[in-house]
Amino acid sequence: MLKTFRIGGIHPPENKLSAGKKITPLALPQQVIVPLSQHIGAPATAVVKKGDLVKVGTLLAQATGFVSANIHSSVSGKVNKIDNALDASGYRRMAIYIDVEGDEWEESIDRSETIVKTTSLTAEEIIKRVAEAGIVGLGGATFPTQVKLTPPPGNKAEILIINAAECEPFLTSDHMLMMEKGEEVLIGTSLLMKAIHVTKAVIGIENNKKDAIAHLQKLAVEYKGIEIQPLKTQYPQGGEKQLIDSIIRRQVKSGALPISEGAVVQNVGTAFAVYEAVIKNKPLIERVVTVTGKEVANPSNFLVRLGTPITELIEAAGGLPPRTGKIIGGGPMMGKALVNTEVPVTKGSSGILILSEKEAVRKPMENCIRCAKCVSACPMGLNPTQLMTATEFTQWDLAEKNHITDCIECGSCSYTCPANRPLLDHIRYGKGKVMGIIRARKS
Amino acid sequence: MENKLYVSPSPHIHGGDSIKKNMYGVLIALIPAFLVSLYYFGLGALIVTLVSVASCVCFEYLIQKFMMKKEPTIYDGSAILTGLLLAFNLPSNLPVWIILIGALAAIGIGKMPFGGLGNNILNPALVGRVFLLISFPAQMTTWPVPEVMSMHYTDAQTGATVLSMLKGGTENLPSYMNMLWGDMGGSLGEVGAIALILGLIFMLVRKIITWHIPVAILGTVLVFTGIMHSVNPTVYANPLIHLLSGGLLLGAIFMATDYVTSPMSKSGMIVYGIGIGVLTTVIRLFGSYPEGMSFAILIMNALTPLINSYMKPKHFGGK
Repeated sequence: MLKTFRIGGIHPPENKLSAGKKITPLALPQQVIVPLSQHIGAPATAVVKKGDLVKVGTLLAQATGFVSANIHSSVSGKVNKIDNALDASGYRRMAIYIDVEGDEWEESIDRSETIVKTTSLTAEEIIKRVAEAGIVGLGGATFPTQVKLTPPPGNKAEILIINAAECEPFLTSDHMLMMEKGEEVLIGTSLLMKAIHVTKAVIGIENNKKDAIAHLQKLAVEYKGIEIQPLKTQYPQGGEKQLIDSIIRRQVKSGALPISEGAVVQNVGTAFAVYEAVIKNKPLIERVVTVTGKEVANPSNFLVRLGTPITELIEAAGGLPPRTGKIIGGGPMMGKALVNTEVPVTKGSSGILILSEKEAVRKPMENCIRCAKCVSACPMGLNPTQLMTATEFTQWDLAEKNHITDCIECGSCSYTCPANRPLLDHIRYGKGKVMGIIRARKS
Repeated sequence: MENKLYVSPSPHIHGGDSIKKNMYGVLIALIPAFLVSLYYFGLGALIVTLVSVASCVCFEYLIQKFMMKKEPTIYDGSAILTGLLLAFNLPSNLPVWIILIGALAAIGIGKMPFGGLGNNILNPALVGRVFLLISFPAQMTTWPVPEVMSMHYTDAQTGATVLSMLKGGTENLPSYMNMLWGDMGGSLGEVGAIALILGLIFMLVRKIITWHIPVAILGTVLVFTGIMHSVNPTVYANPLIHLLSGGLLLGAIFMATDYVTSPMSKSGMIVYGIGIGVLTTVIRLFGSYPEGMSFAILIMNALTPLINSYMKPKHFGGK
């Protein structure tokens, strides 16, 4: 039986052009740009300085406070400078530039391919290794993983949910990771189960990845407590709250954390990174990135060192197509439009999507005809057109009363609107305003 | 880099739906009913429809161009739809000058003063129709009797409709088969039950509308008239006659489901539909007008903002 969430949802064309393309390691770039802020929370504090020699896996920057993450060098070479760099957010932020020399790894990292299935480490030690390795949510939200593995007092995890829905059109990095590193993903999952003291884990996969479902189901027989759950191909299946609703039929209350319903959700890429960190002692220094688009010559899945400028990935996939209109970091529904091709790959980069000029242009906006198609599409049960109007007229009290802060910014409303209204643009702005008002009221 | 990149917030793709597609979808759904009216009312139906559509489009163009000084949006199909629905609510022997007044009321009072498509409170076609019904009660309530491929227009032979017969008792009614196919007197687009239901199915399949409003209206009328019929069968006609007569089907399928003037949440749609069903039945059974569909829809149109503010969509994680 295919499970799915109970409110709203859409089904955009899947366009998984790079499905089935083997993950290929990308050649080392000449220079990497490693931003100090690749996660939600405080930017990390640099612990290297200009001129330092680093190896693959050397700590570059230390987590600043609880919600933050360590950052390690993804290459060996010399620190060129610590300076501002444009990142995927479009802002200039501090980053460490490293000139690549050779490919020398820290000795502590086990680079062998042998699969180790068990560990004697305790839950606390696993979480400590995850924190040291700088692992964050690799689905794109980049929330530091050790924080999610440490539930606030009074909450107890009952189930681990692995998010392998990959509901964004075009993206295939998680899909190919499951196909090629299935065993490691399952071991990573059992490590996470051990870390949060649960005996049950469900890996949710959208049904458009039947091969991955079959592959993991075969492997999972040997892993106690891990179940593979096929899910209906419906966007945003991989939204955290939607996935919990799909799998355990519980809806996380407004403003609450998943743990309030006993669930801890981790991305499948994160599970793989946890395996490498805990078993192989390898910090998070590379990830799988899909490079795709209808005009891209060879849509591909690359294993990329963090900090590699995206131009290297685009070249490897056949170069920037003529008439390129937009380059997106992530998927077409929630990804960020990038300002140039020098932006580096970071922990949250799941894909590079290239749209042609024709695909990139928005159609002109018309009057809202109150058709309520956005209301039907909204997976949070909101009224997007009302929230947009409230924002336009700065009626923040009305927006707050109608739960604007619950918006998960999935974009289903704008996608659906027959009048081409930029609903999410307004709601996102209004949500920021209302959250600011709520914070000010509390302080 | 040679070419410049577009930078905008997500989402970066669009589903391709448009106002035009929805409006023309409704127009396609109205074709079967239009063919039925051409068959039973002939030339009159053709003239009334052409005049109504052309005048609605013209008035919208003129008002947008010269009074609102905006780029006319007549190609979105909404003025054509208003014109067609207005025609469907008129008798097929109505003189041209009355139709023109109706079209002016629909567009000039019902739609454009509020800011055009999307901003009107009441269904424009019904504003036009009710304006005419109150201004020209005689002309608006003498309906031609069906005559296959009639070549008559204002000189057509007239007779009573099912609902006006019901005011005098439940005798001499047309057979169910006639009512299903549309072989009875009435406004030109409301008679063919089967054709209207075909339109409903088309709109449901194409996801232009959802089932909530039509089902709530028809269900309410069925239940309400059913109860009254079982209480006193000689005074109150059976629910099937109510379902197939007058503007009930046309209203429930095409008029009440107008996006702009109906509620946005599913629960709101149900409340709105029940309201229309109850009001229609009350007017039909106890009012002085034989038919109450137009009034019922207009009243519930007016209540739609209120329904919207009380009947919210089901909120994720809410009670």
